[in-house]
Amino acid sequence: MDLPLADFLQIDLPALLVAVLAGLCCGLPGNFLVLRRQSLIGDAMSHVVLPGIVVGYLLSGTLDTLPMLLGALSAALISALLIEGIKRLGKIEAGAAMGVVFTSMFALGVLILEQTGASGVHLDVEHALYGNLESTLWLGLNDWKDLLSPTGLEQMPNSLQRLLGVSLLVILLTVAFFKELKISTFDPEMASSLGFSARLISIGLVVMTALSAVAAFDAVGSILVIAMFICPAATARMWTDNLSRQLWLSAVFATLSGITGYLAAAFAPLLLGADFALNAAGMIAVVASVFQCVSMIFAPDHGKLGRVLKQRQALKME
Amino acid sequence: MIAKLLRLQPHQPLTSEAAKSAPLAIQGLSVAYHHKPVVWDLSFIAPAQGLVAVVGPNGAGKSTFIKAALGLIPKLSGEITVYGKSVASQRHLIGYVPQRGSVDWDFPASALDVVTMGLYGKIGWLRPVRKAHRAAALGYLEQVGMADFADRQIGQLSGGQQQRVFLARALAQDAALYFMDEPFVGVDAATERAIVNVLKDLKDQGKTVICVHHDLQSAPDYFDHALILNIRPVASGPMAEAFTAENLQHAYGGRLAPSELSGLIPLAGQ
Repeated sequence: MDLPLADFLQIDLPALLVAVLAGLCCGLPGNFLVLRRQSLIGDAMSHVVLPGIVVGYLLSGTLDTLPMLLGALSAALISALLIEGIKRLGKIEAGAAMGVVFTSMFALGVLILEQTGASGVHLDVEHALYGNLESTLWLGLNDWKDLLSPTGLEQMPNSLQRLLGVSLLVILLTVAFFKELKISTFDPEMASSLGFSARLISIGLVVMTALSAVAAFDAVGSILVIAMFICPAATARMWTDNLSRQLWLSAVFATLSGITGYLAAAFAPLLLGADFALNAAGMIAVVASVFQCVSMIFAPDHGKLGRVLKQRQALKME
Repeated sequence: MIAKLLRLQPHQPLTSEAAKSAPLAIQGLSVAYHHKPVVWDLSFIAPAQGLVAVVGPNGAGKSTFIKAALGLIPKLSGEITVYGKSVASQRHLIGYVPQRGSVDWDFPASALDVVTMGLYGKIGWLRPVRKAHRAAALGYLEQVGMADFADRQIGQLSGGQQQRVFLARALAQDAALYFMDEPFVGVDAATERAIVNVLKDLKDQGKTVICVHHDLQSAPDYFDHALILNIRPVASGPMAEAFTAENLQHAYGGRLAPSELSGLIPLAGQ
């Protein structure tokens, strides 16, 4: 038996898959959130998930997926309603309403966590921030062919199963409703006047965002969830003026960030002679923001460098 | 006496034959933001085939009137029908050109993308945009002289070109009744001509256009009907009857300079 291969399959492969899928299912809806100037919704959703998971755990008494998932999803929906309510009743802008809701919900989650002793289990604040990427293990994989065997599939880690399901759903919905998402993001009034209710589509997008945040949160933590809602989309926007191309590119950037970030966290310190590994979720978020910075400078049309060069050229022509 | 002075349209119930066949019939429409009335007790029947200028001072509720008629903002009271049926059931017959500032021009879309959106209503939920749709959209861009800019990102267009893209998008809707919100604001001469031509074409095709217009001088040249508003309706009807110096002075509360009215005096004398 080739031990390093088994190691890779059991430890690194599931982590890589989780990282990539979390990037995809947050990155795709992220495109529309960024264009609607609602990126904070992703931030809000990833924070409010915490009290939902804790309450789900307390009510059910188990660490089973379903009660926690339901708790998280209902917390996300409750806060979406709260944000809308505060926006209208308090007559304040959306960003401020989101800020109020997600900080208080997250704080509430931390309080419940500490008061109830739930923190003794595998729920803790650190986990909420950085996630659990490194401890996602796919036991029972010793060879590539085990991946497709029934026994191998049976042992697929829960977080990976959840992410796989949600990612497929998000991809399907984004493709199916691309036209509707596009018009309601660009011109909500026009969308409504054509019979595509902008409010309905907006609610659908928030629910999809909540679902992605919930599925990704447990595995990769809130920092990476927030980064993945914003970075791949904002990076892709730098490289194209075509929305469908932007969606494809954001998927590519999310995947690249996941793989590069994980490998850098796991192996770069070893190569440098250190005997520790870096936090993978943190590293992936850093890589994603590096992509963003590089694109902001070097992208041909929207990058700073390209714009300056074009201006120079235009001046010379005159 | 006052009714005669203001030339108000007599209140007709919307069940009347005239209202049933009218492209747009409005009875007692009121809209308020918070406690402030923005449109008050407006009744109006749009002519079949015609170009209606909606004029009035700033804050007179012109845009609000259009948005309420489209069902985009809630109304306090009133009844609105389009060809005798509710607005919601007649959406496919209504085209809309919003104010240019209402959208984000940095959006990753080309001129052709935006015009194609005018066809989305016909394409329907969940069905993808096909090649034939994009070809049709290109035809509408050509009608407003913008075919050469089809692939240009919309933020890279001039204000007038953006307005023409919006116009082409409205044409793509192939509606019977059009609402336009200040299409002539801040556009170049080429765009102004393009808009005027489109308006004429629409009228020749038997369509009705209801257009918020701020320039009193050009209104009688471009439009054949007027609806004069200052929160309450002041006058409506064919240009020659409604668009008089007297009515305008009333709507603008006597704030119009004589020079602004000079071009209109002959009309008033009729």
